[in-house]
Amino acid sequence: MALDIGGKTIATDEEGYLENLNDWTPEVATAMALAEETPVALNDEHWEIINFLREYYEEYQIAPAVRVLTKAVGKRLGADKGNSKYLYSLFPYGPGKQACKYAGLPKPTGCV
Amino acid sequence: MAKKFIYLNRKAPYGTVYALESLEVVLIAAAFEQEVTLAFLDDGVYQIAKGQNPKALGMKNFSATYNALGDYGITQFYVERESLAERGLSEDDLMPIVYEDEDDDYAEKPSVRVVSRAEMAQIMADQDVTFSF
Repeated sequence: MALDIGGKTIATDEEGYLENLNDWTPEVATAMALAEETPVALNDEHWEIINFLREYYEEYQIAPAVRVLTKAVGKRLGADKGNSKYLYSLFPYGPGKQACKYAGLPKPTGCV
Repeated sequence: MAKKFIYLNRKAPYGTVYALESLEVVLIAAAFEQEVTLAFLDDGVYQIAKGQNPKALGMKNFSATYNALGDYGITQFYVERESLAERGLSEDDLMPIVYEDEDDDYAEKPSVRVVSRAEMAQIMADQDVTFSF
C-alpha cells in the first residue's frame, strides 16, 4: 500500500503503518486519517495524542501498549483524558493501533 | 493466579538478536499481568550499560526502552555482581533505570539491583517459569 502526499509516494504496510518511520510528516497523519473507510478530520484533541505518542517514541523507542498509553496520557494531560472512554472516542479503532499509525510509529508490541 | 517469570539475559545487546527479542517477549508478557523479573548475567550486563551507541553497526539503539518497563509493571532488574566485575564494570556503569511506585505517591525508585552470584541462584530458584536468552 502507499499514500500519495503532494505527489510524493509514501510506502505503508498492509495495515497502513509506515514502512519507513522517517517518512512521517503532519501531512502523512492527515492523509492516513482521511484515507480511512470513514474519513477522519484530525482536530486539536487528536493532535494532542499524536504528538504525545511521537514524544513517547522519541524517548523510549517503542510504541506503548494501550494500557500504558492511557496511564501516561492521564499523567501528562489529566485524568479527564487518561481514560479509555476519551481515547476511544478519538480513535475508535483502538487508541494504540490507530493513534500510533497516524503518529508514524510501529504497531504497538503485543498488539495482535 | 499470576506466575513468576524470569528472563535471563546473557548476551551483548548488539551483534545478535537475542537482547532485542528478549525485550519484545518481555513487553508482550507484561500485557498478561504476570510477575516479571529480569536478570542480567555474563555479557548480558552490557544490555543496560550507559552510553550505548550502535550507530556504526546500523542497529537501532533500543536501550531507552528499558526505562519504559516500569510503566509496564516491570520493576525488578537483577544484575550479577561477578559478571560486572569480570568485565571491569560497576553499578555506576549501568543506566539509572527507575519506576514509579503507585503505592508510594508515585515516588521514583530504582529498578536495578546488583546481587551476588549466590543471590542470583536463589532468585532463579524462586521462579515458576524461566526464559533464557
